Amino acid sequence: MHGYFGGYALVGLLGLVGVGFVAVGLGANRLLRPWRVTPEKLLTYESGVDPVGEDWSQSHVRYYVYAFLYVVFAVDAVFLFPWATVFALAGFGAISLGEMFVFLGFLAVGLVYAWKKGVLTWV
Amino acid sequence: MNAASILAATSGGADLGAFGRDPWWLILLKTVVIFLFLVLTTLLMIWAERRIVGRMQQRPGPNRVGPFGLAQGLADGVKLMLKEDLIPALVDKPLYILAPVVSAIPAFLSFAVIPVGPEVSIFGHKTPLQITDLPVAVLFILAMASIGVYGIVLAGWSSQSPYPLLGGLRSAAQVISYEVAMGLALAGVFIYAGSLSTSEIVSAQHSLWYALPLFPSFVMYLVSMVGETNRAPFDLPEAEGELVGGFHTEYASIKFAMFFLAEYINMTTVSALATTLFLGGWRAPWPLSLIDHNALNHGWWPVLWFLAKMFTLLFGFIWLRGTLPRLRYDQFMALGWKILIPASLVWILIVASFKQLTNLGYTRFQVLAYVGIPLALIVLVASFFLENKTVETAETEPPPDPPAAAGADRNSYPVPVLTGAPPVHDIEPNIEGVRGG
Repeated sequence: MHGYFGGYALVGLLGLVGVGFVAVGLGANRLLRPWRVTPEKLLTYESGVDPVGEDWSQSHVRYYVYAFLYVVFAVDAVFLFPWATVFALAGFGAISLGEMFVFLGFLAVGLVYAWKKGVLTWV
Repeated sequence: MNAASILAATSGGADLGAFGRDPWWLILLKTVVIFLFLVLTTLLMIWAERRIVGRMQQRPGPNRVGPFGLAQGLADGVKLMLKEDLIPALVDKPLYILAPVVSAIPAFLSFAVIPVGPEVSIFGHKTPLQITDLPVAVLFILAMASIGVYGIVLAGWSSQSPYPLLGGLRSAAQVISYEVAMGLALAGVFIYAGSLSTSEIVSAQHSLWYALPLFPSFVMYLVSMVGETNRAPFDLPEAEGELVGGFHTEYASIKFAMFFLAEYINMTTVSALATTLFLGGWRAPWPLSLIDHNALNHGWWPVLWFLAKMFTLLFGFIWLRGTLPRLRYDQFMALGWKILIPASLVWILIVASFKQLTNLGYTRFQVLAYVGIPLALIVLVASFFLENKTVETAETEPPPDPPAAAGADRNSYPVPVLTGAPPVHDIEPNIEGVRGG
């Protein structure tokens, strides 16, 4: 368990324990639970009353606009985290700080644009 | 993946030499202990939450099973295990079964990189109280939290029912928004510690916990961790007053229990992360750290400090739930995008500039006196003018017209009243046709 991938192998081990736990849980449940279904029981529960109409519902486009905005800031994190770790080391300093000001400035312009366009206003 | 490789290259200075030297039995022991700890914490938290919320609402809470009702969590687990596992006929079955699994498993993984204590001796082996550490440990925790959300989104999607779908959508929008704020809040810690490895960050806090110098980051993290774990007052994906049960409406039996387990483990993980990054990890609190030349920071004592800090934060979660009403979705998104994210962007630049100035040889007090105070004054004056302006516009703005549609089509579906419209009371309740056959 040494070296770069050793650490991930240990994480994977805990993952395996998790998989095992979930598998045992689902398996034991399968053995222990009663199973007497009727057509009524297999109806979609929804809100307790019998479901009306289609099982799909339309949802507002606004959710996906947030997904777009998220992409902007996910990219931001990719640059920001490595920068934050090395920024204080020798050989970086003021210039890299200025670069991050410019970079975050661009991001802020994106956010301000979305804001002014009314994307952030929930209707 | 790309980000991970960049980070691995840049944080080459991290000294993780203490890790990866455990014999196999020690690895297994640690893994099993962490796993049991997470499951037991969940059982305990279910009990604690109901008891504490009960006390806050002046009722006893569950007190029947075991002393003080302590075994309530276990009883609930057994009950859910024995329940009939109904799968509605319309669901997308593979995804429906996969969703709780995807939700539960990543929740376990994050805790592998949380340092619970310093190096101790277990059966003659010196080993850190942490399964492993990665050069990108914090990024790994963020990644696991995001994967867990897939479980919620898939549950909403595969249930083929309107309320779970809405819950899943809300959860997706919510978690990505608050993840951005959380990442930006954490960047301040990375600037100070110069590392993403959890054990490095704890050892960087030996003289000062980051909650103090990075107080705004700490507050932003606390807010976004509640948003990230879908807990009250940000529990909109499962808002029982509006969405029935939200994403897990159609789930029963052990699959429902998996979602529950994942939620509580995630709460534990984000609290442990807050402890590690901002509250000095396993370090003893200040007056205690002076006793006997730092003796309380060695051996097994630190586990106690770590658990005390973590459970204090977990109590905070329960306290919030007992105190605050749920936010409206638009207020919630506005808080994330209009306050937390812009504030944390500005705050990162302030932290970085401060760090740069102290690196150049200025002391903290010099920076505060020559840059901080004038800046604070400028902001104060500017906010004063801005406030005046908004008050004026609010006064001159004409009251919005009530939408004509609100009262016009009375026979359409009851929709929430739009902004500015007076609430319509005279609609007769339309009950017919709701319950068929």
